[in-house]
Amino acid sequence: MTEATTQPGRVLAADGTPLKRSLARALRMQKIRALMLVAPLLIFVLVTFIAPIADMLFRSIENQVVKDTIPRTVEALDSWDPHSTELPPEAVFAALQADLVEAVDQKTHTRLGSRLNYEYSGAASLLRKTGRGVEKMKAPYQEAFLKVDKDWGDLELWRTLYIYSPAYTNGYFLNAVDLKKGIDGPEARPENEQIYILLFKRTMFMSLVITFSCIMLGYPVAWILANIRARTANLLMILVLLPFWTSLLVRTSAWKVMLQQEGVINETLVWLGLVADNDRLILINNQFGTIVAMTHILLPFMILPMYSVMKTIPPSYLRAAKSLGATNWTAFWRVYFPQSVPGIGAGSILVFILAIGYYITPEIVGGTDGTFISNRIAYHISKSLNWGLGAALGAILLGAVLLLYYVYDKIVGIDNVKLGG
Amino acid sequence: MAESQNSGAFVEFERVQKSYDGETLVVKDLNLSLPKGEFLTMLGPSGSGKTTCLMMLAGFETATHGDIRLDGVSINNIPPHKRGIGMVFQNYALFPHMTVAENLSFPLEVRRMGKAEREAKVKRALDMVQMGAFGGRRPSQLSGGQQQRIALARALVFEAELVLMDEPLGALDKQLREHMQFEIKRIADNLGITVVYVTHDQTEALTMSDRVAVFNDGRIQQLAPPDKLYEEPENSFVAQFIGENNTLEGVVKEIKGGTALVQLDGGGLIDCKPVNVTEAGQRTRVSIRPERVEYNKDRMRPGAHTLKAEVMEFIYMGDIFRTRLKVAGNEDFVIKTRNAPDQVRLQPGTQIEIGWLPEDCRALDAV
Repeated sequence: MTEATTQPGRVLAADGTPLKRSLARALRMQKIRALMLVAPLLIFVLVTFIAPIADMLFRSIENQVVKDTIPRTVEALDSWDPHSTELPPEAVFAALQADLVEAVDQKTHTRLGSRLNYEYSGAASLLRKTGRGVEKMKAPYQEAFLKVDKDWGDLELWRTLYIYSPAYTNGYFLNAVDLKKGIDGPEARPENEQIYILLFKRTMFMSLVITFSCIMLGYPVAWILANIRARTANLLMILVLLPFWTSLLVRTSAWKVMLQQEGVINETLVWLGLVADNDRLILINNQFGTIVAMTHILLPFMILPMYSVMKTIPPSYLRAAKSLGATNWTAFWRVYFPQSVPGIGAGSILVFILAIGYYITPEIVGGTDGTFISNRIAYHISKSLNWGLGAALGAILLGAVLLLYYVYDKIVGIDNVKLGG
Repeated sequence: MAESQNSGAFVEFERVQKSYDGETLVVKDLNLSLPKGEFLTMLGPSGSGKTTCLMMLAGFETATHGDIRLDGVSINNIPPHKRGIGMVFQNYALFPHMTVAENLSFPLEVRRMGKAEREAKVKRALDMVQMGAFGGRRPSQLSGGQQQRIALARALVFEAELVLMDEPLGALDKQLREHMQFEIKRIADNLGITVVYVTHDQTEALTMSDRVAVFNDGRIQQLAPPDKLYEEPENSFVAQFIGENNTLEGVVKEIKGGTALVQLDGGGLIDCKPVNVTEAGQRTRVSIRPERVEYNKDRMRPGAHTLKAEVMEFIYMGDIFRTRLKVAGNEDFVIKTRNAPDQVRLQPGTQIEIGWLPEDCRALDAV
């Protein structure tokens, strides 16, 4: 028995079962209990967070509607060469007639119309119009369709139908990066239709500026908080946290009051004579307004992680550096600052990720050139109802954040990020 | 004028006072001067002002009043980084983001020393504390004792003539602490540096120092070499704080020929050496070291006053016996005897008579 328990690789418990198995059995109850404790939250997160995100991500490639609404047409169109300069053969039109009769019956042809309308403007009204008389159409169908609307003779329309007939498409993603799905793969969009790359770049740039402003403004505050008496620090901490307890909308609207042309800042500057009355500064509805308001709103997210890291740096380090002959600046830069970097890192990640997906503030104070990609996503979700494109934009944003997180992990190390302790 | 007055003093505190809140003085009228090469320990309970004194010397606190001089020059207005004083901190304060060698190199870099010279000095300092092989490690990879050695090496590497140590051994276990005490003492003696050492551990103070300043309530209670401090405490606080001590309270009956006769509150008359008492009728607290108490009649001086005692407890401690007695109403009267073959082991309940040489029994101030 004692010999068996000391055998390497297969250690036995007192009753002869392998030690590993009896340990697993002993731990199983603990694991089950732990799982039960987190279960409510886990289910909640799954249902309200993970599932919708997965659904949205799926929508960015899903394209079932064409195939489901006009299955016979899609099949018939398969034999048509999209490069040809001739319209599809009569069989395709006949299939389309049969499909549309069915679709009109089930009232699904308008859905197809709005789907095609994202890629070919006018498709929605074309299908509505065609749907009204499609039942009475007689062969030859090509002529009948052309009689309803001459757009049915447009090769571009048929090519669009051809390109978007598969059940899954990367078309949304191509649209999201200012490209277009053509018959020979991605094509560049005309200059005047390009918008998303610009928006992505602007979102990145402004988020970086906001993050940097937060570091510059937050670092001294965090330092003061970490190095004064506890009583005063608590009082100041309340001031830092105060914005958290005020509605985001209220805070943003307050900036509107401050920054507008008839606002507090402009009035003060005019009163002081620094700015002419007819030449007031434009501080809002542009990038400047967005940066100012968002820096203010996100500042606590920078200060708190920096503070909690600085709190753990004993003052004796600075004293030691000075006793070794370092000036105040050298002591700070060589000894204190490197140790506070994890706090800056944590704060920056937090602020940058929050900023990159911000919506309300840019919407209210951003005007046209201060809006973010998220405003465009919101537009597609609630106004243009092009959910697929919105989902693709969202997926790219999500991918960008994850990528940045990964890069950060490689450079600084996530282990170095401290939010407390 | 100051220089002519205090020639030979390397570090000097003159009438130094310190207050943090403007209401109470943490350091009250401190006067202290130490010559070059001395190992001075500031010993005292927490809150006695010893660390504040050290911080004022290092430059991290400013004296509210008075003058601190280093080598004859007033350093009140010199910032810490220009004082050139080495310091070892309580928790070592080794910079965690630098290696051991970088930590040691730091004071040399800020002094704009060349690379080759830096490396040579770092190596020498590491060898001095027997840590030569650890230059590439991070402080977090070292044990407490090793960190302690590095902290010491860092305070010495830029060849400071004065090194301050703020309870540097407080975080170590007993054995390592005792070993490091000798190590620090040896290095300090070899280099001939002046050390001001702060501790609340009296054994540490006694074993390491040339002189010990006992602090209490913002004042130096006594400044003396270790043996004098232990054997001739000048007041009740020092007697209580240094080593083990028996106290008996009473009133001075008469002082005659260098001996005071004291009437104890718990009954009995004893002969003492008057230290803080000058005339009959004064209240006094009498202090006797446990190892100076005698109960063997043959060894007692004839004619000396003796006291009746009852044995309460006998503890065998290996090298010594520790016996607790009830003397003149005091149940915590302890005597220590060497474990010798002919030594009597006193049984609880035994009635004995105890006595001592009058010069070992000091009549101090009544608190």
